[in-house]
Amino acid sequence: MSSLLKNIIRFVLFILVQAFVLNKVPALHHFVKPWLYFLFILWLPFSLPRLAVLTVAFIFGLSMDYFMGTPGLHAAPCVLIAYLRPFVLNLLLPQEKTEFSYAEPSIKSLGFTPYLVYVLLLTLIHNAYLIFIEWMQFGDFLYFIGKVGGTTVISVLLIFITEMLFPRKARYRTNAA
Amino acid sequence: MRNIILFIRRFFVLFIFLLLQVLSIAILVKYNRTYEAAFANNANEIIGRIDKQYNKVHEYFTLKKTNEQLAQQNRELLNLLKSEYGGADTASFFKIDSLLRDTLGRVQRFHFLEARVVNNSVNEENNYITISRGAKQGVKKDMGVLGANGVVGRVILVSDNYSVIMSMLNRNSKISARLKNDTASNSSVDWDGRNPSYVTLHNVSKSAKVKKGDTAVTSNFSTTFPQGLMVGTVYDIATDPSSNFYVLRLKTAANFYNLQYVYLIENTQWTEQHALEAQIPKNER
Repeated sequence: MSSLLKNIIRFVLFILVQAFVLNKVPALHHFVKPWLYFLFILWLPFSLPRLAVLTVAFIFGLSMDYFMGTPGLHAAPCVLIAYLRPFVLNLLLPQEKTEFSYAEPSIKSLGFTPYLVYVLLLTLIHNAYLIFIEWMQFGDFLYFIGKVGGTTVISVLLIFITEMLFPRKARYRTNAA
Repeated sequence: MRNIILFIRRFFVLFIFLLLQVLSIAILVKYNRTYEAAFANNANEIIGRIDKQYNKVHEYFTLKKTNEQLAQQNRELLNLLKSEYGGADTASFFKIDSLLRDTLGRVQRFHFLEARVVNNSVNEENNYITISRGAKQGVKKDMGVLGANGVVGRVILVSDNYSVIMSMLNRNSKISARLKNDTASNSSVDWDGRNPSYVTLHNVSKSAKVKKGDTAVTSNFSTTFPQGLMVGTVYDIATDPSSNFYVLRLKTAANFYNLQYVYLIENTQWTEQHALEAQIPKNER
């Protein structure tokens, strides 16, 4: 399956799962809200130019917003993590290699600990920014801190469950291909 | 000049990033202020259609509870039927004709329309409900919305075949209400964003005798709702030491978790009343 087709299917699936499964789960507490959809941006291939990542993230965030009835609320954090993604990856990728040997970020291509840091950092930034925009309307600092903590833990948990349930075949890229 | 172009080329990605950020925030701010952003209306139709398909499946899961609610409501309505009342019937026969006037010549002030819920959220900070009935089927902006058991919200967006309701579980929602046995206070209901089963009733005078389990209903000052519709029951009583009012936590009468059908309430005199009130001269307000 080509990378483009794979990512188009992911685009649709992530939005549908977020809108019709995760958002319908009754909340345990108002701090705990399962956000998973932005994993699509974390999984975009390395080879995509930075400009394209930004544009794709913006369209992705906006489509999510249509389902949530809040245009702009999810688009802003998506664009932010798409912008920060290359910097975080630059820090975490092994420096001695001159080119990427895998197609996209995964446990296999980065190693477990760097991948955990990558996911944790971008999840934290995404959730903090999203809740910050929400929070601007009604200031309550405890709410902000509590919700960022709660949602980040749930999001990272969900991301690693997704990784285990749907192992991606991270093929080693050879020069022959 | 060359330096400027070089500068722009060097930081092109950053500029695009900032542009997209400003764009999304601008969309957010515009939408939140007016609720009438043009693009929200277009998207409404498409998303509404997808939501409808999803709802066809989802409906089965809450079918039993919905049936119970409908049966209960039917029972209540049957009890209100004229024929159920005894005694000598001295009045002439009761009839509602196409003009919607009763035999005493009174015009029906509130009309009811039923609508199917196709999308509903309770977990957000600002919750909205989408229904599959729109402008073509007689929905107007600012109509009140009633669930099977109690008040649900107010219509804020209308497209051709779908409408969006601002649920009572929304930080921006404010509904005029009062306690059933306290006609003196003019209080209002809003939501603190925490638990979808509880809302807050403000501005109840401390002179009112409040007990747990008291009923709160819509007030006679509301233009979107007829008075006396159930809003909720008092769950917790707190006094605000800095003012002369109670802050009451209400358990909502409507069950927001399994809304399947709602009733839209049209106030036929809404336009007239608001037009008149808008005419009050500025120096006499």
